[in-house]
Amino acid sequence: MEVAVIDYGAGNVFSVIHALRRLGVNPVLTDNPERIGRADKVVFPGQGEASHAMERLRQRGLDGVIRRLRQPMLGICIGQQLLCRHSEEGDTEGLGVFDVTVRKFRPERQGDKVPHMGWNTLTATHSPLMQGIEEGDFVYFVHSFYVPTCPWTVAETRYIVPFSAALQRDNFYATQFHPEKSGSVGERILRNFLDIKPGAEDYGQMPETV
Amino acid sequence: MLAKRIIPCLDVKDGQTVKGTNFVNLRLAGDPVELGRAYSEQGADELVFLDITASHEGRKTFTNIVERIATELSIPFTVGGGINALADVERLLTAGADKVSINSAALRRPELIDEVTAHYGSQVCVVAIDARQEADGTWRCYLSGGRTPTGRDLFEWAHEAQERGAGEILFTSMNHDGVKAGFANEALRRLADTLSVPVIASGGAGRKEDFRDVFATGHADAALAASVFHFGEIRIPELKQYLRDEHINVRL
Repeated sequence: MEVAVIDYGAGNVFSVIHALRRLGVNPVLTDNPERIGRADKVVFPGQGEASHAMERLRQRGLDGVIRRLRQPMLGICIGQQLLCRHSEEGDTEGLGVFDVTVRKFRPERQGDKVPHMGWNTLTATHSPLMQGIEEGDFVYFVHSFYVPTCPWTVAETRYIVPFSAALQRDNFYATQFHPEKSGSVGERILRNFLDIKPGAEDYGQMPETV
Repeated sequence: MLAKRIIPCLDVKDGQTVKGTNFVNLRLAGDPVELGRAYSEQGADELVFLDITASHEGRKTFTNIVERIATELSIPFTVGGGINALADVERLLTAGADKVSINSAALRRPELIDEVTAHYGSQVCVVAIDARQEADGTWRCYLSGGRTPTGRDLFEWAHEAQERGAGEILFTSMNHDGVKAGFANEALRRLADTLSVPVIASGGAGRKEDFRDVFATGHADAALAASVFHFGEIRIPELKQYLRDEHINVRL
C-alpha cells in the first residue's frame, strides 16, 4: 500500500510520518500531483496559519489535486480546516469539501485559554475512522480555530463551544486533533484510516444533502 | 473537557538522564528515550527534556536523542536547555520536537520570542521563567538556572512574553523548587488568571495533594515535576486516579 503525505511546506510533517512508520507503513513525502493522485491513501497534515498554508497549496497546484482525490484521504489539524469552505483565519477561501466556515475560539470566561492545547475527550463518534474509539477517549489538540459541528461531524469535542473533532464526507476524512501525538487512541485512529477499503465510505453516516 | 496535564521533566546530560535511576524496574533508566517511553505508558500527558550539557559535542548527542524520541514516542514533547538563537530552535524542531522551551535567551533578548513565533507559530514556543519571591514580596526573574538576578518582575515579563507570541508560560518558583512542600500557588493563580495562554507550574511537588492544590488553588493548566517521578515517590497512574477522585479532570 502506498501512502502519500502531502508536502507543501506547512509545518512539522515528520511526526505523522514517524507515526505511520510505527504502524508498519513507509509513507512517501511528496508534492508531486501524479504521485499523490495514484497513492492508495493520502495524508494531508499541516500546522501554521491558514492563508499562508492555502497559498502554498495553490503555488504547487495541489488545491485541485486534493479536491479530485477519490481514494481515502485524511486531513489533520490545519489540513481539516483547509478542507472547509472558508476560514476566519486570514479570511481564507478553503478547498470546499466541507461546506462550513472555520471560526476562531472566543474566550467566554476566565480560564478559557486560546489556543486550545492539550488532551480533550471525543464524543458522538461514528464513521469507520472512529471504529473502536469509545466515548470519553482522549486525544491531543493544539489549535485556535475550529470547525463548528455540521452534517459531516463524526466526532465532537467541547471547548468553550462544541466543535468538530473529526469530519467525514465520502472518501474525505479529517481530524482537528493530532492522532500522531495522541498515544494509543491516536494509533488506533491512524490504523483505522489505513484499514479503510476504498468504497467503505458507505458505512459512514452520510447526510442526505451530500 | 480539557484535561489538566501531568508532565515529567527529564534532565539529559551527555545523552543520559540525570537522576531517574530508581525508576520502577527499568533497566535502561539512563536512556532518555526508554525513560520517556515508560512515562508515556504510565499516562504522562507530555514530556519535557532539558539538555544540561555544556559542550558542543553534547548538543549533537542531544539532537540525536530528540530524533529518537520523535521516532519512537507518540505523545507531545518539549525540549529546552541552551536555546540561544533561532538556529537552535530550527535544529530541535527539525529533529522532531513539538515545542521548544526558551528561558535565559528570551530574557536577554525578548525579540527571540517574536522570531520563533513568526517562523514556527506560537504553539511551538514555551517561555520558561525562573523567578524568586524576594524579601519585599515581589517576584523577580533570574537567568542561567537561577544564578543571575535580572530585577525583571515575573508578572510583567510573563505578559510581555505572551504579547510577543509565547504559546505557554512555564513558571518555576525558585523558592519552592526542591523543597517538596507544594507549588507557588498564589503566584501561579495570579499568572493563570491574568494570562490568556496556558500556564505550566514547576517547582515544589512532593505529595499527591500538591498536584491537587496546584490545579484547584493555583489554577495551573499543567504541572511539571522531576524527582518525585524519577525516584518513584509518586506514580503517575495513582496520582491521576487520586486527582480524578478529587474532581480534577485528568486523562486516564
